[in-house]
Amino acid sequence: MSNFFEKSDLSRNEAESIISDTLQKCDDGELYLENSKSETILLDDNKIKNSSYNSDLGFGFRAISGEVVAYSHSNEISKDSLRQSSENLKSTLKSAKGSYNHEIPKSNKKYYDNINPIEQKSLNEKIDILNDVNNYLRSKDGNVKQVTANFLGEQKSIEIIRSGGETLSDVRPLIRFNVSVMLEKDGRKETGVYGVGGRQSYDSYLKDDNWKKVCDEALRIATVNLESKPAPAGEMKVVLGPGWPAILIHEAVGHGLEGDFNRKKTSAFHNLMGQRVASEGVTIVDDGTIDNRRGSLTIDDEGTPTEKTVLIENGILKNFMQDRLNARLMNTRSTGSGRRENYRHIVLPRMRNTMMQSGNQTQDEMIRSVDKGIFAVSFGGGQVDITSGKFVFNCTEAYEIVNGKIGSPIKGATLIGDGPSILKEVSMVGNDMMMDPGIGTCGKAGQGVPVGVAQPSILINRMTVGGTKL
Amino acid sequence: MVKEQEFLEKKASHCLGLAKKFGATGSIVVVKNSVSETVNFRNKKLDESNRSDDLGVSITTYIGKKKSSISSSNLLNDNLNILIEKCVETTKNTPEDEFNSLPDKDLLAKKAKDLDLYDNTHIENDQKISYLKKLEDAASHDKKIVNTESSFTQNKSNFVLANTEGFCDGYKTSSFTASSVTVAKDEKSMERDYEYSSKCFLKDLDDADELGKLAADQTIRKLSPQKIGSEKIAIIFDKRIAKGMLRTFASAISSSAISRGTSFLRDKVNQKIFSDKINVFDKPDILKGLGSRNFDSEGVKTDTLKLVDQGILKHYLIDTYNGKKLNLKSNGRCGGTSNLYFENGNINFKDLLNSNSKSLYITETIGHGSNIVTGDYSVGATGFLVENGEFKYPINEITIAGNFKDMFQNITLANDLEFKYATNSPTMLIEGMVVAGK
Repeated sequence: MSNFFEKSDLSRNEAESIISDTLQKCDDGELYLENSKSETILLDDNKIKNSSYNSDLGFGFRAISGEVVAYSHSNEISKDSLRQSSENLKSTLKSAKGSYNHEIPKSNKKYYDNINPIEQKSLNEKIDILNDVNNYLRSKDGNVKQVTANFLGEQKSIEIIRSGGETLSDVRPLIRFNVSVMLEKDGRKETGVYGVGGRQSYDSYLKDDNWKKVCDEALRIATVNLESKPAPAGEMKVVLGPGWPAILIHEAVGHGLEGDFNRKKTSAFHNLMGQRVASEGVTIVDDGTIDNRRGSLTIDDEGTPTEKTVLIENGILKNFMQDRLNARLMNTRSTGSGRRENYRHIVLPRMRNTMMQSGNQTQDEMIRSVDKGIFAVSFGGGQVDITSGKFVFNCTEAYEIVNGKIGSPIKGATLIGDGPSILKEVSMVGNDMMMDPGIGTCGKAGQGVPVGVAQPSILINRMTVGGTKL
Repeated sequence: MVKEQEFLEKKASHCLGLAKKFGATGSIVVVKNSVSETVNFRNKKLDESNRSDDLGVSITTYIGKKKSSISSSNLLNDNLNILIEKCVETTKNTPEDEFNSLPDKDLLAKKAKDLDLYDNTHIENDQKISYLKKLEDAASHDKKIVNTESSFTQNKSNFVLANTEGFCDGYKTSSFTASSVTVAKDEKSMERDYEYSSKCFLKDLDDADELGKLAADQTIRKLSPQKIGSEKIAIIFDKRIAKGMLRTFASAISSSAISRGTSFLRDKVNQKIFSDKINVFDKPDILKGLGSRNFDSEGVKTDTLKLVDQGILKHYLIDTYNGKKLNLKSNGRCGGTSNLYFENGNINFKDLLNSNSKSLYITETIGHGSNIVTGDYSVGATGFLVENGEFKYPINEITIAGNFKDMFQNITLANDLEFKYATNSPTMLIEGMVVAGK
């Protein structure tokens, strides 16, 4: 754990008294301290292109009165700096007359180990694996024209000091290993991308030549795309494969169920609580408690232990995801969903691992039932307009379905749908629920946080496919 | 207040000294300070105030052809000692790359000239609040507007870039940004839209009333949208979307994509990639320009480039490393473009709307549907159906798709260019794209 006051002219006691003094008439708030170390080792174009290391230290001081949030951050942990922040907060909240809510739930559970993944593998070992990846892919297929592979490792230590001196802390490891390969054949170029990651050491994902599986998958996707035809344009049936395609859930309903948008009534879901928003058999949870997953957290960035929050149960909307601010203003409790990218940012209610539970059908049944449609297996990213409810996601591996059979691969296309109605179009839910490989980052209000998704195969009756073939 | 040049220069030279002491043969350092103050409003009330003070250093050290880098927000001397020693150590253990080097000395920028990028004015939070009150009053003039959010940010930054070839320079910049996001509602739908203004000088910022009213009008006109059928149709891109085509163009001609062979514009210099009438400039020395700069992120001088001349691609965007790989000299584009823009076309906005009996006017796209390897493009879109030059009704839940190779050849530009962002385009018409809807 970091000792944030070790090299500072500010002692912990002094910090606590500034915090308590600043927050005395506020409803909530805290000092958030963060020390993160991260590395990137990148192989590209046959060479180690980049080896970089970042060390980031800073604090964010937050005071809340009613609906108003005052925030000030700095990377200088010193008496002057904290006092200046305190003055900024006080001047914004001059007329605050709330009473501080000291209550914060406790838990002893931990969902990852206190390790520093960067230090657990030497630079030379990492460079060796990257070179092996490059040689392996180039020797496996003569059409390989470009290989990019990288290690991203991070250890983030946080401490939250609340008014009265209550202190909560967490140490969060996170790694990612990515491979991207470009093929060229008969003048045509296509790429395939795959990666793995989570809150464990690099070796948990890469030992025993496991890195070869990552390479093979990237190469397989690129190979499929070399043969792809233009995608169709228009409304049709869509079968989504299990795992990573759950980006659909994240975009279509996840963002719209975040507490802030519903308190402000700007989400297309704000007046649908208790109502049917999905077909029977569709259950969606947001779970921060799965061991070592990318989106898991022992405590959120306000100190609340995370949990498994049921969002939609058997088609009925049950809960929004809440941080402390929005929970208080909506007369409910925090679901441990308060997150921030780092100390530079305010807390917002965010997703963790968003998952649709398994049903009873098989992927085979789904494909057999479709006369004309597409089967989408892998995705790039997605985006949503939470107010109109319209969302998109981009296929990176998809096939046409003709008369109940999988046909030719089709070029990457954007799929567009309407969040509040799309899950009512789900007519089959598979028995093959799968987690994503651990590579997702979710963006909101300029802040990126690591998240996970999971789902079984599903059949959607009607979605618009954004291809070029009419 | 933002840190002064002297402080940043002292830190920078301290870092260069440490790198040398630990055994680096060359190094480059950037020390940057940025101080922002933001006030957010929602429904005519204060919602958030935010002050940020970011100080950071990044250093790249070389030992011959080996290279590594570090960055940190902790500028205490103890920490810099540890980090720079670690950086040099990592450099030793990183394999050589024959193209690694500091920029050629003769390409480094001379003394920075004043491009009028810094406004000393400080706007107090109370003044921001009165601007936002005025803005939100204007934004809520119609009862269909059910939510207003607005924001005012003042940013002051200063930086110093120094290297072991003797380069040491930097300057202050400022920006003042106001934005308005509104939500409108009717029986059938709820829609959101926005308007925004960002300037180097406070006095140039758009009027609060105008900004609020524009945001509200743009939102209300989106209410009760329809979905249309799938067809091939002419598409008109609003300026705020048209500039995105230039961003894609810029990524596709970056020397890194070219040297790696991952761009659909590789080997296209001196070939016609746009229609005849298209000219594209990247001009770094526009006074008060949002993308203006004296040198790139390696200290290399930046001249104005006519990237596209009558449809013909003339330059890539070149940095030192990829330049050496491609056997080309850096043209000062490490870190990307400066003020990038399409020159005006010779048809006015009204005539552009009228140039097809039926077209789609796109005001927003969502999704990351631009593939610079293949040139394929497919995104979700929102906009309006235009018939005989008139906006008929709003449209959503459609996608638009094509391939940039064809799209670039079919661009017609209006003559309504303005410098609202760092990258700017006049309103743009592209023929022959495919819309997917019902």
